[in-house]
Amino acid sequence: MTINIYIPRDAGALALGAEKVAAAAREEIEKRGLDAKIVRNGSRGMFWLEPMVEVQTAEGRVAYGPVKPGDVAGLFDAGLIEGGAHDLALGRPEKIPFLAKQTRLTFARCGIIDPVSLEDYEAHGGLRGLRNALEKTPLGIVEEVTESGLRGRGGAGFPTGIKWKTVHDTDDPQKYIVCNADEGDSGTFSDRMIMEGDPFVLIEGMVIAGIATGATRGYVYLRSEYPNVHRILNEAIDAARAAGMLGKSVLGSEYAFDMEVRVGAGAYVCGEETALLDSLEGKRGQVRAKPPLPAHEGLFGKPTVINNVISLASVPIILDKGGAITAISAWAVRAAPFRSRSPAM
Amino acid sequence: MQQARTEIAAAVEPIIDRWKGEEGPLLPILNGIQRELGHVPRESLPIIAEALNLTRAEVYGVVSFYHDYREKPAGRHVLKLCRAEACQSMGGDAVAEKLQKLLGIRFHETSADGAVTLEPVYCLGLCACAPSAMLDGEVIGRLDEARVEEIAAEVRA
Ligand SMILES: Cc1cc2nc3c(=O)[nH]c(=O)nc-3n(C[C@H](O)[C@H](O)[C@H](O)COP(=O)(O)O)c2cc1C
Ligand code: FES
Repeated sequence: MTINIYIPRDAGALALGAEKVAAAAREEIEKRGLDAKIVRNGSRGMFWLEPMVEVQTAEGRVAYGPVKPGDVAGLFDAGLIEGGAHDLALGRPEKIPFLAKQTRLTFARCGIIDPVSLEDYEAHGGLRGLRNALEKTPLGIVEEVTESGLRGRGGAGFPTGIKWKTVHDTDDPQKYIVCNADEGDSGTFSDRMIMEGDPFVLIEGMVIAGIATGATRGYVYLRSEYPNVHRILNEAIDAARAAGMLGKSVLGSEYAFDMEVRVGAGAYVCGEETALLDSLEGKRGQVRAKPPLPAHEGLFGKPTVINNVISLASVPIILDKGGAITAISAWAVRAAPFRSRSPAM
Repeated sequence: MQQARTEIAAAVEPIIDRWKGEEGPLLPILNGIQRELGHVPRESLPIIAEALNLTRAEVYGVVSFYHDYREKPAGRHVLKLCRAEACQSMGGDAVAEKLQKLLGIRFHETSADGAVTLEPVYCLGLCACAPSAMLDGEVIGRLDEARVEEIAAEVRA
């Protein structure tokens, strides 16, 4: 059986040399004639260990890090592909204290799966939320999101369900879902990490938002400082479209939804939602007076849901846990993910 | 001049055609031109204005609003150094000083030999490996004096 070796393609790992590590590993695999393949995963967020290389063994994943290109040959000598002992060995990644203490929901797959493999996404619980959503009425989806207590992760903490309900209640053949991926504040990069590590979860969240509110078109407004996200997100969108997760009939249903990424051009203010809409329309990004709310008159004057990346990426798990609203509330209290402004789930 | 204008039109028109039928085409067109030519030449503005049924002033107003768009061509390399808070707190100021000294230019300038343009950028999402930079689209983390010297030598080579 081909053995998977995971070497992140997250920008943080790349900034620390992951590309050269991957090239060196590719060379060793070839030279040694090994039955192994390199998967470019996202990051688990332990940047002091990046580039962190993981290998799939019979007992689970085994991690090594931080790996420099010069370490790679030695790692293969030490039997990396069987999880062999080495100074850089970290054991099972899930047992590293930083991860052992966490329960990840939105980020559950980030750093684990191949970000651009829809098959891998589905094998790790992806698309369950969307499939459940397709069993519900649009209003039923909105109610689920409302009951989860999800609040916007873009800073203002506005209840996402209420925003969606406003758009749901408008009567317009053209509505939009806009994802705010401007992530302008220094020190925060969770939007970047999820888009690089699990882009399908954002796509799935946007599709569910579209079905819930009657929107058929989505835009991700991405800051230009994130070219690596742009590449990964586009690969994922192409794969989603090829598999019928996007398009005229989402997963064979009567709902249509398609989306694309639009890249900004370096203007911090475009993170503010109405300036962002102006920018998407091709104008200078200027803050609009409210009312009207974007939910009533948003992109091109049409009813528009505008949500942060993590807000939208949190939707699939809410629809996945389905009727278990009480369960979600229970872990909301315990892990305080939706009701507070906790940084990650 | 006429020659340059024709060349610009030849580069710009396919980009306009690609986006003209889409919603909100102006930023994708400007981004495409900057990617293709390294800057957004003034001569391209009337062509865009005409294709999108805008005034030149409207197009100019948009171009001048966004920091990414350059009026003049960049150097052979473009080095963007992060100047935002997390990078500053990890020694970014010293890195910026050193880099400007080694390259002999300040931010927003291009070296006389055309080798490199130095630009500030405000957070690359690499705050966990600050200070950070981007050289020709490739990210670099944990900059220190030695790494800065390597980069300066590389872009000069
Ligand atoms: C100056 C300014 C910058 C902002 N930057 C961002 C940003 O980078 N990302 C973001 O998601 N929201 C940002 N916001 C908040 C958005 O205006 C808006 O509240 C958010 O996109 C709504 O999505 P949410 O309800 O899912 O949080 C910014 C707001 C202001 C006033
Ligand atoms: S502040 Fe420099 S990368 Fe975030």
